[in-house]
Amino acid sequence: MPVFVKDNEKCVGCLICMFACGRAHQAAGLESSCIKVRSQGGISRGFSVFVCRGCDDPPCARACPEDALIVRKTGGVLLKEERCTGCGYCVKACILDAIGWNNGKNKPVICIQCGECAKSCHYKVLEFVRK
Amino acid sequence: MIKEDPLNRVLYIDLTKKKFWIEERPELFTKYIGGTGVAIRLLHENCPNDIDPFSPDNPIIFAVGPLNGLFPIASKTVAMFKSPHTGNLGESHAGGRSAIAIRMAGYGAIVIKGKSERPCYIAIHSDKVYFRDATTLWGVKEGLSVGSLIRRQEPGAGLRTIMRIGPAGEKLISYSCVTLETYRHFGRLGLGAVFGSKNLKAVVISGKRDINVTNFKEYKQLYEELLLQLAESEKMKKYHELGTPANILPLSFSKGIPIKNLLTNEIEKIENISGESFAEKHLGRRVACSHCPVACIHLATLRKPYEDEPYFYRTVYLSYDYELIYALGSMLGITSSEDVLKLIEAVEDMGLDAISTGVILAWITEAFEKGIINETMTDGIVPEWGNTECYVELIRKIVYSNNELFNDLRRGIDYTSSKYGGKDFALTYGKNEMPGYHTGYGAHIGYLFGARHSHLDSAGYAIDREAMTTQKTVEELVERIIKEEQWRQILSSLVICFFAREIYTSDVIHKCLKLSGFGFSEEELSEIGREIYADKYRFKIKCGFDIDNLSLPKRVFEIPTSLGFIDKDFTDKAIVLLKEKIKSLL
Repeated sequence: MPVFVKDNEKCVGCLICMFACGRAHQAAGLESSCIKVRSQGGISRGFSVFVCRGCDDPPCARACPEDALIVRKTGGVLLKEERCTGCGYCVKACILDAIGWNNGKNKPVICIQCGECAKSCHYKVLEFVRK
Repeated sequence: MIKEDPLNRVLYIDLTKKKFWIEERPELFTKYIGGTGVAIRLLHENCPNDIDPFSPDNPIIFAVGPLNGLFPIASKTVAMFKSPHTGNLGESHAGGRSAIAIRMAGYGAIVIKGKSERPCYIAIHSDKVYFRDATTLWGVKEGLSVGSLIRRQEPGAGLRTIMRIGPAGEKLISYSCVTLETYRHFGRLGLGAVFGSKNLKAVVISGKRDINVTNFKEYKQLYEELLLQLAESEKMKKYHELGTPANILPLSFSKGIPIKNLLTNEIEKIENISGESFAEKHLGRRVACSHCPVACIHLATLRKPYEDEPYFYRTVYLSYDYELIYALGSMLGITSSEDVLKLIEAVEDMGLDAISTGVILAWITEAFEKGIINETMTDGIVPEWGNTECYVELIRKIVYSNNELFNDLRRGIDYTSSKYGGKDFALTYGKNEMPGYHTGYGAHIGYLFGARHSHLDSAGYAIDREAMTTQKTVEELVERIIKEEQWRQILSSLVICFFAREIYTSDVIHKCLKLSGFGFSEEELSEIGREIYADKYRFKIKCGFDIDNLSLPKRVFEIPTSLGFIDKDFTDKAIVLLKEKIKSLL
């Protein structure tokens, strides 16, 4: 469980973590990013961050009909892109909404448990713990 | 520019025919970068000579630049239009989610023309544009939030911008604003009224994409260096901690903050409306524009008791900044933070530009004291320094009353004072109301000659701060003003927030641009800045802006600035010199 959401109240909604996630997936922009930041019903209410918590028994992997998501020993899943058909079941299975979607590839964007989002956050909303 | 970068796509929307189309304009972006540079070209192309600002032909242009979506704190959008307030160049910048949303939707610029038959709003989701009915949203009062109604209808949560107007924009008040993400604004020069004239209630934009760079490894490295610099910079820390209101105390100490329509430069208890005071008493949350780690947006909580029920309160969040505390505080003799917040709430509810509104209220108060206007003209309201209730009422009257004075006030105080008198104390520059710095020559000459008559054109207050220790000659002052304004055209073409101007030096910009496929040398950048600046002035003059007939309001000579009294000989010389310099560029 490498990335913890420590305190949503501190989140300023800058989206720097989303861009960091994109870079971790070797891209500039937001299409290849899986972490999400949403306002809690209007900006005055503050923000929530949705990020993969690296489940030990991940429902996304169980939902995948093609076995394209391989469960990692240290938590989280690995995407075997060549097996993925773009059905999107994994996205629906994740109650955290922590799986992104790349419309260009029509494939999910899966957290690689790198912690770049937490490292880029100026406000310590997230904490990265290596297992 | 990288060939496949969607930055070169310009989205045209015709509200009359409910049509949209996309044109690829690489030549425009290759030459003028984006943002201000591209917007002024599009304005020249799309705004016919001599049109009324409320004509359907007046285009609304939004433009972003190559650095938006690529580098941190490149977070602003430039809006351009013919201003109903000044009759010439309308240019206003805003952040929020707008710049990233436009870039992620896959556009460098959006041009909105025509007029909808009925109230409508536009929803732009990447390549699709929808014309939605907004008849139900038109005329909505404070109790309902247009933003949250639209939020429920549209996709793109978390990434979208929702730009909308309030009652002021619907009623074509020439200084009405466009509000985005509740707390950011295209504030100055009346974009809200141009929206209103097109029956356009709102524009929603969303999208999501990756952007190509020339060398990903170098990009990542430069990005991380910049992020670190932004985190460690003392200046950015100041913008985050107290925000722009950190300037209230130092400026009141140096007599640089205007008080009571600049009748004086001193007021007791100004510390009650300082940045420190606001933070201690009200600060509820800090928020950021998309892709900016600084989070300078300060939200205050205002708890208002209900009159009809004990122990029951309404809590509202309001964003405050230096300019608002000046215009709706010190300028009106108000030294209570709660009172400033009450006025901010009124201005937000109406969708007015806070600076112009405050300066107009200050003018009304002095004009009333001097007998130029009276109670019968103000529907019985007696304006009085420090009296918040009367100011809240006046704000509502400006929007809703049909009497003659309020009708005139909807056009600003240049117009109103031309009709009723009181021009000597009408604090306007090129018809735009004064920003909050009475710091010296740099500020005042900067407002007068700035292409959009804003303190952000050339940051004259910063030039004045330097002049406190080293006096400047007329030539040096003029040189600094012009150079600063020209350089800022580059920043606003990229489009970087001016707060980061010291981090984004020309060397850094050169590196960033290289990674997005632009090969400009530093000299070329200066040349482009000069050209954009000249192009803005060409537009102003084309619209009838009379550069030969510019003068400072008489009032500014009567009260000492941070640098002492303003010397008329000095300003006269500076005006002549600036005119010559600008004309030589055209």
